[in-house]
Amino acid sequence: MPEAQVGVPAVELKDISKGFPGVIANRDISMSVERGTIHAIVGENGAGKSTLMKTLYGLHQPDSGTIAVNGDIVTFRSPSDAIAYGIGMVHQHFMLADNFTVLENIILGAEPGKRGVIDTREAAKRVNELARSLGVEIDVNSPVAELGVGQRQRVEILKVLYRGAKTLILDEPTSVLVPQEVHELFDNLRRLVAAGTTVLFISHKLDEVLAVSNRITVIRQGTTVGTVTPAEVTRRKLAEMMVGSDLPQPEPRATHVVDKVRLEVKNLTVKRLNGRDVVRDVSFSIRSSEILGIAGVEGNGQFELCSALLGREPSTGSVSIDGKDVSHASVRERMDSGIAYVPFDRQREGLMLSTSLWENNLLGQEEKHAKLGFIDVRAARNACREVIKRFGVLTPNEEVPAFALSGGNQQKLVVGRTMSMQPSVLLAAHPTRGIDVGAQAAVWEEIRNARDAGMAVLLVSADLEELLGLSDRVIVMFEGAVAAELSPRDATPELLGSYMTGAKVGA
Amino acid sequence: MTSARRSLLDSLPRSAVILLSSLAAVILGLLICGVMLLVTGKDPIAAYRTILETGLTGNKLLEMLKRSTPLILSASAVAIGFKMNLFNIGVEGQYLFAALIAAEFASRISAPPVLHVLLTLAVASAAGAFWASIAAVLKVTRGINEVISTIMLNFISLSVMQWLFDNYMRDDSGGGLRVTTTEIAPSGRIPDIVEGRLNGMWIIALVVVFCYWLIVFRSKFGFRLRSSGLNSIAAQTVGIAANRMIIVAMMLSGAIAGLVAMQSVVGDEYAYGPQATPTGFGFAGIAVALLGRNNPVGIVVAAMLFGFLDSTSAVLQLSGIPNSIVKVIQAVVVLSVVIVNEATSRYMNRRTAEQTAATLRAERAAV
Amino acid sequence: MKLTGRTRVLVYLAIPLAMMSIVRLWSGEDALTSADTIGASLRLSIPILVAGMAGLWAERCGVLNIGIEGMMILGTWFGGWGAWQYGPWVGLLFAVIGGVIGGLIHAVATVRFNVDQIISGVVLNLFAFFGVRYLSDLVFVGKPGGGVSQSPPQTTAIPRFNIPIISGGEVFGWKSPNILLWFEDRGWFFVGDLAGVLYGLTHNLSWGTVIGVATVPASAWILWRTRMGLRLRSSGESPTAAETLGVNVIRLRYVGLLVSGGLAGYAGGILSIVASSYYRQGQTAGRGYIGLATMIFGNWRPIGVLGGASLFGYAEGVKLVASDAISTLFLFVALAAVLLMVLAVVNKSTTRGIVTAFVAVIAAYAYLAIEDVPESLTQSLPYFATLVVLATASQRLRPPAMAGIPYRRGESH
Repeated sequence: MPEAQVGVPAVELKDISKGFPGVIANRDISMSVERGTIHAIVGENGAGKSTLMKTLYGLHQPDSGTIAVNGDIVTFRSPSDAIAYGIGMVHQHFMLADNFTVLENIILGAEPGKRGVIDTREAAKRVNELARSLGVEIDVNSPVAELGVGQRQRVEILKVLYRGAKTLILDEPTSVLVPQEVHELFDNLRRLVAAGTTVLFISHKLDEVLAVSNRITVIRQGTTVGTVTPAEVTRRKLAEMMVGSDLPQPEPRATHVVDKVRLEVKNLTVKRLNGRDVVRDVSFSIRSSEILGIAGVEGNGQFELCSALLGREPSTGSVSIDGKDVSHASVRERMDSGIAYVPFDRQREGLMLSTSLWENNLLGQEEKHAKLGFIDVRAARNACREVIKRFGVLTPNEEVPAFALSGGNQQKLVVGRTMSMQPSVLLAAHPTRGIDVGAQAAVWEEIRNARDAGMAVLLVSADLEELLGLSDRVIVMFEGAVAAELSPRDATPELLGSYMTGAKVGA
Repeated sequence: MTSARRSLLDSLPRSAVILLSSLAAVILGLLICGVMLLVTGKDPIAAYRTILETGLTGNKLLEMLKRSTPLILSASAVAIGFKMNLFNIGVEGQYLFAALIAAEFASRISAPPVLHVLLTLAVASAAGAFWASIAAVLKVTRGINEVISTIMLNFISLSVMQWLFDNYMRDDSGGGLRVTTTEIAPSGRIPDIVEGRLNGMWIIALVVVFCYWLIVFRSKFGFRLRSSGLNSIAAQTVGIAANRMIIVAMMLSGAIAGLVAMQSVVGDEYAYGPQATPTGFGFAGIAVALLGRNNPVGIVVAAMLFGFLDSTSAVLQLSGIPNSIVKVIQAVVVLSVVIVNEATSRYMNRRTAEQTAATLRAERAAV
Repeated sequence: MKLTGRTRVLVYLAIPLAMMSIVRLWSGEDALTSADTIGASLRLSIPILVAGMAGLWAERCGVLNIGIEGMMILGTWFGGWGAWQYGPWVGLLFAVIGGVIGGLIHAVATVRFNVDQIISGVVLNLFAFFGVRYLSDLVFVGKPGGGVSQSPPQTTAIPRFNIPIISGGEVFGWKSPNILLWFEDRGWFFVGDLAGVLYGLTHNLSWGTVIGVATVPASAWILWRTRMGLRLRSSGESPTAAETLGVNVIRLRYVGLLVSGGLAGYAGGILSIVASSYYRQGQTAGRGYIGLATMIFGNWRPIGVLGGASLFGYAEGVKLVASDAISTLFLFVALAAVLLMVLAVVNKSTTRGIVTAFVAVIAAYAYLAIEDVPESLTQSLPYFATLVVLATASQRLRPPAMAGIPYRRGESH
């Protein structure tokens, strides 16, 4: 790796363009990153930030434009080329092998040793040294599967530092962290930067970006809008640059909660094979025209809670829908009793990607469009067209296979399908994940209208704005149990954060 | 591929692309076999000419249809499994077991003609379903992969059948070389459509494959089955019980499998015997299902292709070409089809994604 | 009392042996732990062991290999042909090459073209099965002793040896004493059986067997201690992560499958060169699939595969050499079930207690009532054993995380 020269930017991108079949992800992007700074790249979902960084990391080549590292123009044919130039990337979705140890994950691809044999002792020594310099405590021989999210991120950072990275790219690093962990991460980053490392930081969280970065580049619809320093902009200005207009916020509306209890949960417990309870003794109720928000770091039992309420997982305790006890009912029976579910992971739990939209829309509703045991294809197609129209799913028609739709439109279909079942109780997990801003507002509106018409909603979301803007009440889940219950007015990010990490235990 | 040819390909409808690619794959397979023949010192042109000349005569074409019958049934059995993401490699064991049980049953009861046959077929289906259900239960309760369990059960079924046959079901009254179960009375036999050349079981096979299509592709149950096969988790999320689906699908598959040898047992030999009842249809069925893409028309056509090739094997042997080449041709064709299918699917997926995006862009521009 | 590591393994091995000893003394049937049976079991376990290692190499790099049976078939044929033409060692080499060809076909189909891995394996099996028939037609028909379903017999065999001193082996021409045989003949409780087992494992050993067993430590060392091994395993655990770190997943999957094919070919070669002296159609008899079951039972670790293969080898050995003693096995099963039942009662698990009690009663009845298990049913012992083993081993399994899932380069985006 060539020596870094003073005054030369660590990374300089000029007129980078990159397209994929059907979409142009980056268009004429130019930016310059100074050495020893934290440089943020902001933009909304789908703006092209991740694609740009993957180009810089060598995961693919740009269609046109140049990349210069420390003044030298480079072509990266694969990540190993980028690594050789001191660039390391920590992905948003961690790239870790669960069954490997921390050490194996870190040294993979750059194992120390002679003639093909790995020198484990040398490896452990080097990694422990690095961990110390980062200010991190970690057992290199523990399997990654046993680590929590914050620890895993540290392993990813160590992975990158181990290869001598002088320029770090972090893709949405705080999306899985809780406020306290975010502070820790920023401390680590400041330490690195003080020692001469350059950090590129992709995010759509404007407050964090303003708090930690030296410079900010805004990307909108695939191209650069401008580069500013935090001193020069306000949050509102940044948001305008990002979106073209201000970020929407769901306004809390006056609630008219009716006294009829639609969903009653008592002492719900879900056990795992190894004895640990992943949902512990959870009790709550949701009334007609009420939205109950569930806050919590992903992985604290929210997913299993929804699975258990749906009937997909065995559990103890009682669940009643509109007064009817469904604790031992099957998924089908519970759905017939009025419960519906917008899944956490639309592709894994909600869609058959290779089949048409109308068949996807039919999933779970075959009974509604069947005659004498056979599917009424015309009725099913019409039903799908309805959903497409009402929820603004961007598609030429209902024949198109689901994989041909963008993530946001797939989400719209899944939400629309669920809402059109007109449930009494809606379990909504990240309902607007991946959906662009305009459609987000539309989905929130639909949920609010349904709520006003009497539906009870259980809303799980990591987007605190969405959660606080929509919910009438909020409970926090930590390690499978209810840690606190608050009203949205009292819930500040800091307070929620302490409940979410178990630092505080509330009423 | 030049851009002109590319855009021609792009404009063809989906079914045409699939048809073309299947054809191309078959031809590719034949070419590869031709090369293999050449390398081993045989004349591929002569071999293929012999195949075409003998195969395309009236009698041989009837023989093709007759030979396709068990393949249609076997492939339908395998295809139902495939639609549920299950690999029923156990059709071989299921159909042989069913053949023995059904032959013994048919020889022991007396009933009016049509009823006798229907009962026999029902028993065969039930026996096949029973044998298949063992693998299904093992998968659902102990998580044992059905590929391994069905293959183990194939071997076990041979063992069990040998024990049953030798001790209880064997009929030695006929004397001489033919060792079978007791012969079935005339009321329990399926007559030939064309005397000596084509048996009525062929019609039944066509009915079965039609029912396969009707149930899997048009019915509510079939929708649930396919959904469960495409995304088991999504299906469970809307109330389709995965375990129940596995058992039902495997039993249906076994039920169809049970009929595979019925042409021999009830139409030709009127008995089951280790030498009399043909083996190998279980694996051939997998090949036919893959070739026919689990599609009813495809299955019938693929079965006819295989039947056509099989009908020429005797003549090939006489003209100096080892008739085992017929099976090798079939295997190579399937291998090439499977690879070409994958490439075609990927091409079609990419094409659909591009065309959808293009359409949307056009719509937006028009607004 | 908590036992750890090596002591625990030894105890787990000693208990069944002690039980076997009790069974022997009670029933007077000494074939179950005799050196002959154990020796046969060892010989018969090698194809399954190496087939299991073949499966391990493939799945560790991320590709399911159902086609092991087909690669073994190629191994038996090429081995039989090579040994007939050039001698046993060259035959083994050809067997490996035959298997590698099969591995290459599977690799091209699954890694290059992303065909479903199970389908590719099944089709490969069909292709191999019919392909060797055609080859036999071309090459063996008309030769003395040969035909469409078997090869002419080989004239030389791979040399065998006994381990010196403990098993009467030769050392520079001096025939050493045979300590283990002496102990076995005495027939003392436990010691006699232990001696019989050890003698069976160390006498009349074929070099082919030794090489087969050597694949276990060799694989363990390569896969867990070398750079290539770590990267190969990462291709099966998380190919996307590996790719981002510059690991060439595609190339490593090819390597893994070629090694897998070679091992499977070797396993086939053992069948036609060591276990017999000619190729015969159907020689593999499903051992490729049993090898896969062994891999699953062994939790995808070499030492586990060794353990599993011993179990299956024993089943085959009993079937071959001591089939009359199978009814005595029922006594062993009954005894084992009683032991497990006691453990279940101690651990207060009622379901397990009831199941084991049920099994114990059935097995005891079977032992008392059945004199001779009919030949036709004993044939199915290995396959039945496979199902039983898989059924009991279903928990705590840890397959490579991404095995079976097709991977395309650059799939991370």
